[in-house]
Amino acid sequence: MLSMLRLGQSHFDALRQHGRETYPYECCGVLLGRLDPAGVRVVSSIVRCGNTRTDSAQNRYQIDPKELVRIQREGREREEDIVGFYHSHPDHPARWSETDLAEAHWLGCSYVITSVESGAPVATNSFELTGTDEQDKRLVEETIEVI
Amino acid sequence: MAKILIPTPLRQYAGKQPIIEVKGSTVGEALSGLIEQHPDLRRHLYTEEGKLRAFVNVYLNDDDVRYLDKEATAVADGDNISIVPSIAGGAA
Repeated sequence: MLSMLRLGQSHFDALRQHGRETYPYECCGVLLGRLDPAGVRVVSSIVRCGNTRTDSAQNRYQIDPKELVRIQREGREREEDIVGFYHSHPDHPARWSETDLAEAHWLGCSYVITSVESGAPVATNSFELTGTDEQDKRLVEETIEVI
Repeated sequence: MAKILIPTPLRQYAGKQPIIEVKGSTVGEALSGLIEQHPDLRRHLYTEEGKLRAFVNVYLNDDDVRYLDKEATAVADGDNISIVPSIAGGAA
């Protein structure tokens, strides 16, 4: 069964807009919410992050761990968990790259990728990081439900 | 007692708890206490050689313990220890 990420139209638009604003560089951010009883990751808020890969921001992103620590802690205070992340691929398809897989470590979370072509967001796809550890992890496309 | 915040992907190995209280006067002792309670966490946090995995960031409150005294960093009652796997990637 395909896994699923559910988010509101405003959150969907916001993460695509972020990719437009940072073009020709990659944007990135965090999706907070909860896992519902059916196993759907339901997003209740998103947090924009800075891209610390200023040496190669056109094709790389990294979120400052200090920012993640704060987001994780403040999320807990609102009973929200980190359920996924998003980033953009400027002038590149909305598919995961080998770098995306190698650098993905949050098993069971969603990795949302938006392609931004000539400054305009085009496709947005989401992939769940599945598997049990670093050896057998895989990024598997999942359904995005925009409500 | 210090509180350890467990990131979402590791909760399944930690009794599904988001926060676990542990004893210990250093970060290393606190992490050892965590693994004693939840042994399945070990392989996700440490390499076979017993080193913290490179992508696992450990913060004491707002500071990366790599820039303090690493696992010997002193922990006080009420401190928050956060475990955050890194987030990175990119198109190429």
